[in-house]
Amino acid sequence: MKRIIPCLDVTGGRVVKGTNFVNLHDAGDPVELAAFYDREGADELIFLDITASHEGRKTVLDMVRRTAEEVFIPYTVGGGIGTLEDIRAMLTAGADKVSMNTAAVKNPLLITKASARFGSQCIVVAIDARSTEPGKWEVYIHGGRTPTGIDAVWWASEVERLGAGEIMLTSMDRDGTLDGYDIPLTRAISRAVHIPVIASGGVGNLDHIAQGLTAGEADAALAASIFHFGTYSIAETKQYLSQHNVPVRI
Amino acid sequence: MIAIIDYGMGNLRSVAKGFEKMGIDAQVTDNPKVVDDSPGIVLPGVGAFSDAMNNLRKLGLDEAVHRAVKKGKPFLGICLGLQLLFESSEEWGTSEGLGVFPGRVRKLPPGLKVPHMGWNTIKVQNPCPLFLEMPENAAFYFVHSYYVEPAEPALSACTTDYGIEFTSVAARDNVFGIQFHPEKSSALGLRILQKFGGLVEKC
Repeated sequence: MKRIIPCLDVTGGRVVKGTNFVNLHDAGDPVELAAFYDREGADELIFLDITASHEGRKTVLDMVRRTAEEVFIPYTVGGGIGTLEDIRAMLTAGADKVSMNTAAVKNPLLITKASARFGSQCIVVAIDARSTEPGKWEVYIHGGRTPTGIDAVWWASEVERLGAGEIMLTSMDRDGTLDGYDIPLTRAISRAVHIPVIASGGVGNLDHIAQGLTAGEADAALAASIFHFGTYSIAETKQYLSQHNVPVRI
Repeated sequence: MIAIIDYGMGNLRSVAKGFEKMGIDAQVTDNPKVVDDSPGIVLPGVGAFSDAMNNLRKLGLDEAVHRAVKKGKPFLGICLGLQLLFESSEEWGTSEGLGVFPGRVRKLPPGLKVPHMGWNTIKVQNPCPLFLEMPENAAFYFVHSYYVEPAEPALSACTTDYGIEFTSVAARDNVFGIQFHPEKSSALGLRILQKFGGLVEKC
C-alpha cells in the first residue's frame, strides 16, 4: 500500500504555518494537529523542526514525548539531528524514525553507525535536490541554501549502501510551487534504490499525488499545505487514489 | 495491571501509551516477580532475535514468560515478541527461541523490499478473540525482516500477503503473537489492545 504523509513544520514547539481547522482547540499545537491527522487516516507523520537554538531542541523533545500519548501511527522527526545521541533521544522520546539531511552529507558514516545501532528501519535520509540540466540533479544542504556538487541519484544509492532505511526526496525546484512533484527526479531516485522513497515538494492537487506514486514510482507521498489549509482532506485524497487504482489504506 | 516486559529491545513507550489511551492499566517492568504477579503479559520488542533471547535469560524473564503461559494468563507478543515465542530463528545462523509455539522464524525471501515496512491487510484464517468484529480489509502497520512459520497450521490465526503469504498473527488458547504494531496502527490497532485488556479482565 502507498502511504500518505502530512508534514508538519515546527519551530519552538509550534506549527510554523497556522491551520484553519475549526475543530481544533489550538491549531498551532503540533500534537493536536498530529492527532487530528491520525483520526483523519494519515498513514504516517513527519515533523520537521526548523528551530536552531539549543533551548528550542528541548521543546521539540517535549513535543515528541507528548505526541506519543496522542498519536498512534508512526512518526518521523527531522531537523538538526547530527549525532547518535540526538537520534537516541528522539527515539526514546517516542519517535519511530529520524531523518537527517545536512549531517548525512557531512558525515556519511553517521548513517552507517546509526542504522547499525538503531536499525535501518528508523534511519531516513532526506535529500534536497535541484535540477542542473535535464536528467541531472544536485544535492543541496542547509535547508536548500548550500549546493554540494553531489549528484542526487548517486547520493541516493550511496545512502542505501551506507544503511539508510528510507529516502525523503524533496525537489527544491518544485517546493512551494503547487505545480506537482518533479516526476523525472522522483522516478530516477526510486529506480536507483531498493528502499522506500517518499516524494516531496510541489503538491497542489490530488492528481499530483497520484502521479508521484505511479509515474514517479514513489512509495509514499508527502504534502504540507494542501492538508494544512484544508484544500483536501486525507480521506478525500485516499478516495481519489483508490478510484485511480493506487492501493491505499482506507 | 498488565505487565509490559522491558528487556532492552526498543522503545516501549508507545505500547504503554496505547493501553493508557484505551483506559487499561499497564506498567513497563523488567522484574520477573512483577510479571508473575500480573494477570496479563505483553512482550513487545524490535531488534535482533539472539540479543533479545540473551537479555530475557539474563533478567530471568524467559522463565517468567513460561510460568505466565503455563498458568493460562493472556499473553501478547508484538513483532519481535511474536517471533520469540517460536522454537528457533535463522537470524545469524540459528538461534533458539522461547519455544512456546512449534515452528521457526525465517528471513523474508530475496527479491522483496526488506524490511516489509508500511500498512498491509490481514486475512483471518482461524477465529481469534482479538480480531472479532474487525472490518474486512483492515490494514495494520508492519516493520519486519523476518516472519514466523508455525509448524501447525492451526496456530496461524491471520495471514498477510507480501509477495509471500506469511502468518501475521499466531494464536493458541490465551497466547497471541502479532507481527504488526497495534500501537502504531491507529484506531483499529488500539482496538486490539483494548480487546486484549478485556481478556485480561475476564480471566
